[in-house]
Amino acid sequence: MRTRRTGVLTSILLIVAFFLPPALGQENANPASEKKSSAETMYSEIGRAPEKARAKRNPLEKDPDAVAAGRILFEQRCAECHGDSAEGGKKGPSLRANEIQDAEPGAIFWVLTNGVVRKGMPVWSKLPEPQRWQLVSFIKSLGPASAKTDAPPANTSQPRSR
Amino acid sequence: MLGTVFIHRGLPLVSFLVLAAFSLPDFARAQENPYFVAYDHYLEEPGNLEIEYFSTFGTQRGGKDFHSYWMEFEYGATAWWTTEFYLDGQTTFGDSTIFTGIRWENRFRPLKREHFINPILYVEYEHKSGADKILKEGEGHDVEADFLTPNSVARQEIINEMELKLILSSTFKGWNFTQNTLAAKNLSNEPWEFGYALGASRPLALKASARRCTLCPQNFIAGVEMYGGLGDRYHFGLHDTSHYVAPVLGWNLPSGWTLRISPGFGLNDNSHQFLLRWGVSREINGFGSMVSRLFRGGQ
Repeated sequence: MRTRRTGVLTSILLIVAFFLPPALGQENANPASEKKSSAETMYSEIGRAPEKARAKRNPLEKDPDAVAAGRILFEQRCAECHGDSAEGGKKGPSLRANEIQDAEPGAIFWVLTNGVVRKGMPVWSKLPEPQRWQLVSFIKSLGPASAKTDAPPANTSQPRSR
Repeated sequence: MLGTVFIHRGLPLVSFLVLAAFSLPDFARAQENPYFVAYDHYLEEPGNLEIEYFSTFGTQRGGKDFHSYWMEFEYGATAWWTTEFYLDGQTTFGDSTIFTGIRWENRFRPLKREHFINPILYVEYEHKSGADKILKEGEGHDVEADFLTPNSVARQEIINEMELKLILSSTFKGWNFTQNTLAAKNLSNEPWEFGYALGASRPLALKASARRCTLCPQNFIAGVEMYGGLGDRYHFGLHDTSHYVAPVLGWNLPSGWTLRISPGFGLNDNSHQFLLRWGVSREINGFGSMVSRLFRGGQ
């Protein structure tokens, strides 16, 4: 009987513990200010990239397929937070902002590799290096949100496979 | 006992979760490692839930072969904390099918940035019966002969165990190398037990294709893992321990599903001669937001 009660209590405790993090993690008193602060943090992270990382050139700069491949990767990995057209989403800031578009490709690559873990952006080094450079190529192809650009929005070029 | 509790209390909830999650259209394209036992340093993306099913078929000398299986619900609480809930069961052929326990696992990333070697701290609580056969880790003096006990007897033993791991993982030129050191303590006054897992894996192609494809080489990750026990506090070492080596293959489909398969081979007489593992998983975007809306009354 005692074992049974312990088992039930343990199960309840585990289930509550499992569902508590999402409930707490999403609770923001002011989502707008939270979003702004998250954007500022991410943009300032770009500025923290070491000189050596900034100086890195994109080895796929001249690869004609890099932007198209990067677009697919963006839709699969990044659009959830940064929005389908990279203008900012539920959790991530706009990637069309000047802070990103004016940044060196090496600095963007560095942020992708290291994430901004304390502010919710995961480490993306699980993607092989060439795929991270493909993402950089795509992000740099977007241009600022206000500017007319030849690069199509991230979500309009091809239907998303389901 | 565990089975009764699970069926009455846990099954409806789990069924609801599985159905809800699998009917959600918003998937995330997974880039999952192919390991079954070893862990690398990549955590679940924040707010995402990954639902995984795994199976192990194992041969048994002097007894009946078995098929064990487990479900994992893996949630990215933050970018530095992943929490995971397990439900385990097994079928011993010619004997019975039983529920064998639950596990609650947490992985923490202590460092803010990526380094050449990246540590992850792992803490797990297990509430399982002595009939547990999922072989999710090699520890202590666990050997093949332990599985000879009939289910009706083995399930009488209730084990409450804490398991700690230090995961050291590195990614270099597309290769992932990981080393896990394990220390487990049965809370019923048993000595600390130790174990290890090693893994190496690499995608078949490092560049992504410019077109959407299912069979592109970058969707496949191949590797190998090795794991086993290292004895306990009083008898540390390889004596009376079991060890396995297993090639692993993962296939990340563009539809959001990941399939894994791994034939494993025992390396000494204390090990099962052959283990065949397979698994399927799917990652769900925005699970955290969904739960948050529930807690806020749908706002």
